[in-house]
Amino acid sequence: MTVLPPELAERLAAARSAAARADRRFGTTTARRALETLPALAALLPGGALHTGSVYSVQGSVALATALLAGPSAAGEWCGVVGVPGFGAEAAAGMGVDLSRTVLVPDPGAEPVAVVDALVGALTVVLVGPVGRVGGAAAERLTARLRQRGTALVACTPLGSPSWPQSTAELAVTGSDWQGLGDGHGHLTGRVAEVVVQSRRSARPQRARLWLPDHEGRVAPVTTPVEQVVRAAG
Amino acid sequence: MSTRRTLVLWCPDWPVTAAVLGGQGAGPGGPGGPGRRPVAVVDRGQVLAVSPAARAAGVRRGLRVREAQSRCAELVVLRHDPGAEARAFEPVLRAVEAVAPGVQVLRPGTCAVPARGAASYLGGETAAAAVLLDVLEQAGVPDARVGVADGPFSAEQAARTAERLPGYQVVPTGGDRPFLAGLPVEVLAPVLDPDAPDLLRRLGLRTVGAFADLAPGDVLARFGSSGGRAHRLARGDDVAAAGGRAPLPELGRTVELDPPLDRADQVVATLRPAAEQLVAGLAGQVLVCTGLRVELTDDLGGAVSRRWLHPRFFTAADVLDRVRWQLAGGGLGAPVARVDLLPEDVEPQGAHTEGLWGGGPDDHVHQALTRVQSRLGHRAVGTSVVGGGRGPADRTTFVPWGDRPLPTRPGEPPWPGRLPPPLPSTVLTRPAQATVVGAAGSPAVLDDRGTLSVPPARFRVDEGGRPAAGWPVGWQPVQAWAGPWPADERWWTDDTRGHPTGGPTGFLARLQVVGVDGSAWLLLVSAGHWWVEARYD
Repeated sequence: MTVLPPELAERLAAARSAAARADRRFGTTTARRALETLPALAALLPGGALHTGSVYSVQGSVALATALLAGPSAAGEWCGVVGVPGFGAEAAAGMGVDLSRTVLVPDPGAEPVAVVDALVGALTVVLVGPVGRVGGAAAERLTARLRQRGTALVACTPLGSPSWPQSTAELAVTGSDWQGLGDGHGHLTGRVAEVVVQSRRSARPQRARLWLPDHEGRVAPVTTPVEQVVRAAG
Repeated sequence: MSTRRTLVLWCPDWPVTAAVLGGQGAGPGGPGGPGRRPVAVVDRGQVLAVSPAARAAGVRRGLRVREAQSRCAELVVLRHDPGAEARAFEPVLRAVEAVAPGVQVLRPGTCAVPARGAASYLGGETAAAAVLLDVLEQAGVPDARVGVADGPFSAEQAARTAERLPGYQVVPTGGDRPFLAGLPVEVLAPVLDPDAPDLLRRLGLRTVGAFADLAPGDVLARFGSSGGRAHRLARGDDVAAAGGRAPLPELGRTVELDPPLDRADQVVATLRPAAEQLVAGLAGQVLVCTGLRVELTDDLGGAVSRRWLHPRFFTAADVLDRVRWQLAGGGLGAPVARVDLLPEDVEPQGAHTEGLWGGGPDDHVHQALTRVQSRLGHRAVGTSVVGGGRGPADRTTFVPWGDRPLPTRPGEPPWPGRLPPPLPSTVLTRPAQATVVGAAGSPAVLDDRGTLSVPPARFRVDEGGRPAAGWPVGWQPVQAWAGPWPADERWWTDDTRGHPTGGPTGFLARLQVVGVDGSAWLLLVSAGHWWVEARYD
């Protein structure tokens, strides 16, 4: 190993720090980072986890979108919920979301995408509710910022409306089977949801049956036959 | 105990009086007839102040404009204009100053004077109160009130609770604490958080006295510095007694305007850095300002000086507001050449400052959230805290970013009738109207004993009640249901907040319903009216 003369070493250090600054500024090297994900969902997502710099589109289920938030939040990441006025905070807490580190912006005003943009970088996962049409150019700009700043976006849209452009994965609840309710008696004890995940990586969609949520409000894969769990909860 | 005495003059419904004095509301009722035409002053769609005639017609502060108009069809609605209100108050202040020097403005419509001088000059506190009421009547404010007590806070409360006749109330020296003790805890709202009285009530503290009996340390720990100040006020230790305090020139700011400016918005814009420095300078010494003197000097040497008190403490924006109001009050003959901002009452900031609350968030999180707040407003960004309560909407409280999370109702102790988990993933902030019918198409009605007339067979969310796109349209058959569970909450109050029925209608119950498409809902019913309260989606 050669020892550089001091002035050269100084210049090298200066060059390195300038490069690092440029990286930080333009984000060319911010690595995609895998975030803690609820085990029930991890297997369904491309790469086996939620990743920063990616957009996840969720159709027709606030609970599923919240479940995506729950893993990173429980691991101590700052999360945000933008444009979901009726966000069920207590249900979210039941799934593992840490409410003290979850920032709510129920009404983001006329420019929700700009609000999301302001939060990107500061928060690790941002859940955004229905925001109307997002143009391709605006989506592209936001995706670039997500990559630079290391934030994941979960876009929750109502069933039947167009999903977020350029999403890494599209998740949807295609069927719900609520347990515990009879004809005038009982109470809801859980739901078995049919979840379908379509990603750009694989041609064939992934399907799974999940408790979303189960009788304790958590998310879990359906492993035991439903009837046994219902009996145990009932 | 302080030996100072303060006299507070309060003009009820000042925004209305100001509008009428300013000629804005002159109609068939004519000048001098503000009592005849129902008038309401509104701010951002909500009623801020009402005239006696409007009050008699059922219009109340805090109502939406539409609701107010539906209660009183001939209501004259005027826009809230703080500048005009300050301007209209100026002649009143001059009239008061002519008999009692040292007037300080708490806000347009309310001012304080040191009571000792006025009392010795006018022959006693009662006599001074009567003289001032007379002065106000001649200035066009016939229905004012006067309160005398040791501190300005107690004196204002005395004025607000004074009977119409004689129109004044005198709290004896040293009697502030016993006087305040009997008042409802809501009077502390301007000093504390707007939501804090509701919380105190839930904690069982219904009067100022009960709040005052808490240990100061506990109050500081739970409510921060504003709580500490409210607590001192509640105990009758009001350090900002009116008048006679030495200004703190070293903390003040003087701005020379060269060239002199005559437009208020220009002056205010120029002063912004100075106001920020003033507040920052105090914060640097861990102080906040509660009483501020603003001196405006014009190009020809004329000057207007006013002392302003603040219920909490001055922020830079508050300082600029006072300057704006004072400029609106007039009295200068030439463009403004110099502005002096002198903090006259300062207090220690207390144990807490903003930004340290909530477990010390990272700097960049705090910065990003503050940026969004400056775009959307303080209350637009926050976190939620889960507490006790039965309804899903009651159980969570939204805490704006930067505010101290308030302790909520305890979550654990028994809340009979609360829903068991799993909990709804969408909880509507305002329940949406719905319709539920039985198999034969007859509406499902809840009777007083909590039973439904027919089992629900079909339901729909009403047109216009759908809170978001993507909600199902049209009728949906019911696959399974359970309930009704009584949710007979708060029936003893006519507090319509959070009460979808919009009034005391008695029996409320909840139902869980699953539609044939697999969607699950939480419905509320009262008699024949239905609402969607939450959705399991």
